[in-house]
Amino acid sequence: MLSSYQAGLVADGSILLLGALSVYVILSTGQLSLGNAGFMAIGAYLSSWLTVSVGMPLTLAIVISAAVSAVFGLIIGFPALRLKGLYLAMATIGFGEIVRTFFLNFEPTGGAGGFSGMEHVPLWYILGWTVFTLGCVMVTERTRWWLEIRAVNDDELAAGLVGMNTTVTKLMAFMTGAAIAAVAGALFAHQTLYIEPASFGFERSTEFVLAMILGGSSLAAGSIVGAALLILLPELLRDFVDWRIAIFGALLVAVLLVRRQGVLDRNLFGLARLWRRVN
Amino acid sequence: MGVSIFIQQVLNGLTLGAVYTLIALAFSLVMGILGILNLAISEIFMIGAFVGFSLITAGVPVWIALIGAMIAAALVSIVIARIGYEPLRNANHITPMLSTLGFSMILQNLATNTWGSDPMQLTLEGWLETRFSFGLVSLSVVQIVVFVVTVGLCVLTALLIQRTDIGRALRAVAENREISRILGVRPRRMILVAFALSGLLAGAAGVLVGLHYSVITPYIGVEIGLKAIAVMIVGGATNIWGALLAGPLIGILEVLTVAYGGAAMRDFVVYGFMIVILLVRPQGLLGGSSKTSGGRV
Repeated sequence: MLSSYQAGLVADGSILLLGALSVYVILSTGQLSLGNAGFMAIGAYLSSWLTVSVGMPLTLAIVISAAVSAVFGLIIGFPALRLKGLYLAMATIGFGEIVRTFFLNFEPTGGAGGFSGMEHVPLWYILGWTVFTLGCVMVTERTRWWLEIRAVNDDELAAGLVGMNTTVTKLMAFMTGAAIAAVAGALFAHQTLYIEPASFGFERSTEFVLAMILGGSSLAAGSIVGAALLILLPELLRDFVDWRIAIFGALLVAVLLVRRQGVLDRNLFGLARLWRRVN
Repeated sequence: MGVSIFIQQVLNGLTLGAVYTLIALAFSLVMGILGILNLAISEIFMIGAFVGFSLITAGVPVWIALIGAMIAAALVSIVIARIGYEPLRNANHITPMLSTLGFSMILQNLATNTWGSDPMQLTLEGWLETRFSFGLVSLSVVQIVVFVVTVGLCVLTALLIQRTDIGRALRAVAENREISRILGVRPRRMILVAFALSGLLAGAAGVLVGLHYSVITPYIGVEIGLKAIAVMIVGGATNIWGALLAGPLIGILEVLTVAYGGAAMRDFVVYGFMIVILLVRPQGLLGGSSKTSGGRV
């Protein structure tokens, strides 16, 4: 049986995994979002308000929050069709900051004082959502739609020329990522039982990106490794607790220099399969 | 009464805007020439502020502290260029940006461990303390120093980029790395020059912010540096004069928002303005045609 401390680590890891996954889906089309904490904030605040003030059951509240967040993903996705690369990344930074300052000023959800009153969810519930979402993305990775996503990533112009609707593909990716981030936010709110705008700043967005890049940015399973690394490393490096952030930063640079695709990638699975066949 | 408060706010906004201009220029030197977003610039700016602060506290004259902080910031920037950018320059533009994100995490952690995460207070002495009053409006010597240094550095940068051999070589590398190499420019060296210049500007901005607010924390990088990205976009990343226009514009906008709309609204207005510009005029107010800005990123 897990101690409550260990259970907390698993819950944090699951939420981080979902956050990494939300970045992954969007990045798969070649678009980097540095504002997913904004979607997370929408999910956290909306679901908490629905369960606390409206009295709605949590699962329904999460589904509604994810849907609303997906609509915001659509709204953010439209400018993304005009903006490419770094300009899009900067626009998403702006979006994240706007959502954070919105909640900072929005008194009905407590403003800077934060919002509380949520009921604690059991660990199995968080794990259930995580496995379900990860499963959905991994199944989607095997569909034709994912091939279109990868085609948009590899060469958007060519993908458009052979008749793919790259607009719909990019928007769908943004909506999916926004919905996943909202689920992560809702679970976060019902795990920590207190949310404040400062929880959803730029650092949170970069944490998601970090987990995804470290774990492996070419497949969904990479987010498992990334989240596990980010949660377990501080436990292993207790003596260097002051330097935790710097170690992560150095790790990020090292991974980009040595193994740009992250710890896991498709070839690794290919090699494992080959190894089994040889023996 | 109302008018003088307004003028006072505009003056304060201009001071803040001057700092934004310098950091935005640091961003756009790397962005315009190399087409990468160096996220570590906001932390280089913070390091510059702390180095300048420490030197001034140790009794070094302000001018020398300014130069010292600029050199320290430039050195950090060069290290980032060598480790974080050069090996990754053939990857897509997202990869070097992520490595600069790694460096910004390292720098921020370094600052919190070296100087502590509590705010550091600076007491100014002598001539820097002087304030000139015109009725209800007052202007401090520090504010004048901020304006003079900012405009001076902007003019120097513009002259360097547009009139000297180094500037021509930089622009050649920006246009086409391979062909510039064939024509005798050393791209690797020019990249270091671009990073060093951007470090110098960010370091100067750090010292100026320290003088202006006389309080700094290791988190000013994220607070002020991220907003400088908005300034760069609003002004136009490929045009030096864009930052000089957009910096004061956003500085005044922000200070007026604080004065008349509430302090918590400031980031909302600034980033909202940035997103509107991105949607309506992605190349920025003074950027060239949308074609040139689109081609580079």
